[in-house]
Amino acid sequence: MNGPQGIKIGLIGGGVAILMALIGMVEAFSQRHIISNVVSMGHTLLLLVALFSGFLAAKRTTPSKPIRLLANSLISGLMVGGLLALLVILGNWVRLRAVFINASPVLYKLLTFDQGVGAGNLLLLGGGALTGALAGLFYLTPSLLRRVLIVSLGSIVGAGVLQDLLRPTFALWGPLAIINEWLFAVNGLTIQGAISLFILTASGAYFWAERGRKIQTGFRRLTPAKQRAVRLTGLLFSIFLLLTLPQILGLFLSEVLTIVGLYVLLGLGLNIVVGYAGLLDLGYVAFFAIGAYTVAVLTSPELGFFGLSFWAALPLAIAMGVLSGILLGIPVLKMRGDYLAIATLGFGEIIRILVLSDFLRPWLGGAQGVGKIPKASFGSMELATPQQIYYLILAGCFLAGFISWRLRESRLGRAWMAVREDEDVAQAMGINLVATKLLAFATGAAFSALSGAIFASKLGSVYPHSFNVMISINILCLIIVGGMGSIWGVLVGAIALVGLPELLREFAEYRLLVYGAALMAMMLLRPEGLWPEAVRRRELHEE
Amino acid sequence: MIKRWRKRITLTDALMWLIGGAILALILWGSTATLATGRYTSHHWFDFIVFGLAQGSIYALIAMGYTMVYGIMRMINFAHSEVFMGGPYTAYFVAAFFYSSGFLDQQPIVCLFIIFLVSMAVSTLIAVLLERIAYRPLRGAPRLVPLITAIGASFFLQYTFRGLYGSGFQAYPVVKLLEGEWPIGEFRILKFQAVVIVAAALLMAALYAFVQRTRMGKAIRSVSEDQEAASLMGIDINRTIVTTFVIGGMSAGAAGVLYALMFKQVHFFMGFIPGIKAFTAAVLGGIGNIPGAMLGGIFLGLVESVGPSLFLDGLGIVAPYQLKDAIAFILLVLVLIFRPTGLLGERLAVKKA
Repeated sequence: MNGPQGIKIGLIGGGVAILMALIGMVEAFSQRHIISNVVSMGHTLLLLVALFSGFLAAKRTTPSKPIRLLANSLISGLMVGGLLALLVILGNWVRLRAVFINASPVLYKLLTFDQGVGAGNLLLLGGGALTGALAGLFYLTPSLLRRVLIVSLGSIVGAGVLQDLLRPTFALWGPLAIINEWLFAVNGLTIQGAISLFILTASGAYFWAERGRKIQTGFRRLTPAKQRAVRLTGLLFSIFLLLTLPQILGLFLSEVLTIVGLYVLLGLGLNIVVGYAGLLDLGYVAFFAIGAYTVAVLTSPELGFFGLSFWAALPLAIAMGVLSGILLGIPVLKMRGDYLAIATLGFGEIIRILVLSDFLRPWLGGAQGVGKIPKASFGSMELATPQQIYYLILAGCFLAGFISWRLRESRLGRAWMAVREDEDVAQAMGINLVATKLLAFATGAAFSALSGAIFASKLGSVYPHSFNVMISINILCLIIVGGMGSIWGVLVGAIALVGLPELLREFAEYRLLVYGAALMAMMLLRPEGLWPEAVRRRELHEE
Repeated sequence: MIKRWRKRITLTDALMWLIGGAILALILWGSTATLATGRYTSHHWFDFIVFGLAQGSIYALIAMGYTMVYGIMRMINFAHSEVFMGGPYTAYFVAAFFYSSGFLDQQPIVCLFIIFLVSMAVSTLIAVLLERIAYRPLRGAPRLVPLITAIGASFFLQYTFRGLYGSGFQAYPVVKLLEGEWPIGEFRILKFQAVVIVAAALLMAALYAFVQRTRMGKAIRSVSEDQEAASLMGIDINRTIVTTFVIGGMSAGAAGVLYALMFKQVHFFMGFIPGIKAFTAAVLGGIGNIPGAMLGGIFLGLVESVGPSLFLDGLGIVAPYQLKDAIAFILLVLVLIFRPTGLLGERLAVKKA
């Protein structure tokens, strides 16, 4: 059954590649070059598909027969290239564009490397086969070399993808600007930059693989006091880094940072509800909206009710969040799992529909929203630019992170986890389900309202459309990708799912597509998340 | 006696009943106020009811998929709304081709038949792929895992279709045969609404007959009763589950075309709201219960179309029609609170969930 295995995997890989081409990902990503004028991100995407199917095909074959293994991965790579070639032929024959809007001539040109149908298709076939075979070879290489290759190639791709992050950061610092010139062309890495990056990271990875363990054991051999000192220095350094980050990164990236920060805050809140207490809440955006609208109604001169300052409105917004968390929590106390998810989804939509309606327009502004929300200020200093608001958000995140960290080990935190694992047993053990669940909803809602309040003051206006169900899904995604119940996971998830897409403009359109795929892949392959809680990791991977 | 009562009723129960009672009182007050003003004539009400029936029978068809999958796998197939969207969106291109070639006006029945077939085929394909790729590997996983997978699949499918077909609204071609009205006594009924109601009723009857009368239907029922026992009796669980998804996909595909004919447009996000509504309908009728889903769908459609004018107009609420989705969701929450078994269902929400 070795032959068909390669064909089957190749067919699946080819299907994925065709799908990527037809939904426009290849074309959109081709605008960004990894290595200037050599490899674009779109081509990298297809290359990765071919590599991956070659690797999988190799993995499914017995490694004792290297020739057969190589043949298998070559075949699967060939299938990927072949299916793409078929797409090109079909596209030149029928006008696919009548149905698939992305099947444009530009796409075919990209797929055939601008060489015309005949030569281009041969290139596709050859390239696919070669990539597949390379993946097979890669499978056969010793693990040390494999790790080094992954790290160095990965960092080239990473540097290419994140060029918009790296370039302006380097440019801000005089001496580092030289690196920019060496490393980056107008679009993508230069060839010499890519080569030097490859050598640098490869030697670094090699060094770490050889010496890394020694350093780790060396660290462990230190006295506890010294270990603590090392850890403390690390902590102080990271705090210092966090405090100076907006100055290092500049205006645009600080804006990205504030968005990530708001999502971290939201994620920490939902993490308590979903991660700790296991209550799947799909209407979490409601509390975000409640926080934002409370601040808007209390402060905005446009509505002219109260005209409070931001600081006066903030506690009230959080209080409103807590109150609504409890109020919306009471009806769903007895529901579990799926029912809870749908009921909370309904709540989220109800809040949005109410805010949007003409009925409540005199109070909440209707579809036009509320504007002229004042910024937060300290005396005469106003927190107006993203670089200043960053500190407000950072303080909020620290507070929320600290609270979640302390709560997790507390009696309440353990009660939440008990409820998450088994409600009936938890109740039998004497846990007051009502209080425990309501406290989870209330705490989560408080964080969310805080985030909403800062969001309102940051934008200066609120619109009902900012509070749709996508936000809830985004937050859910980020805590699941990061690892449910894990505080660091929230941070990792927010950076990966909110920060990265902000940096990759062409990615924006495919954001939710990738989120959906990420959710599925996470659940199928790594249900504990990228940075799981220690307990959960042990649970899911028993020795 | 009173002491025992006091003990049994907790604070939260009392609060819930209070909320429920308040909502009920509001509904009664609003309805009487509306009827007292006499702003709406019986023609209005008749139109509302027919529209509600048409919309409700579409909800009912989609709800079949939710309820059957829930019955057999105990999971909400959150991506079912995308199964519902994928079919008619793909069939749109067929319909547009027929329209531009003039075939639609010459042979409307044949064309509609083909459009239905295409839509049902695509929806079924999506449903089967979904089961194979996303759900099958997760059987026996903790309950949250398949639900989150389904949410992921839902968004993945939505944006895949957006990438494939574009993000704009596509106008479904007008079928001339279905334009106009039929008189019934002193009332008149829009032709396409009548067709939607009849077609949905026929499909539901066929599906119900399939589940109740055929061997496969019996297998489906027995697997949803007890999976292990069914497999011990020699029933192929995998095949049964796939069949369930096929049926769900077919009914969703058909419902999708009816929906597209009624609202004359398709969009990659069109599945979301009807999907949640259909789930509401399934819960209303008692999830896992096929006649319940039909009843729930029609009930929900009626409440949604009659409700805003009947309940809210009398309360002096501006533009009550904007709140029709809110009414549906409030109905969902009320049902989940006071009768989680649904109208016809067994007690699932607490016991098996």
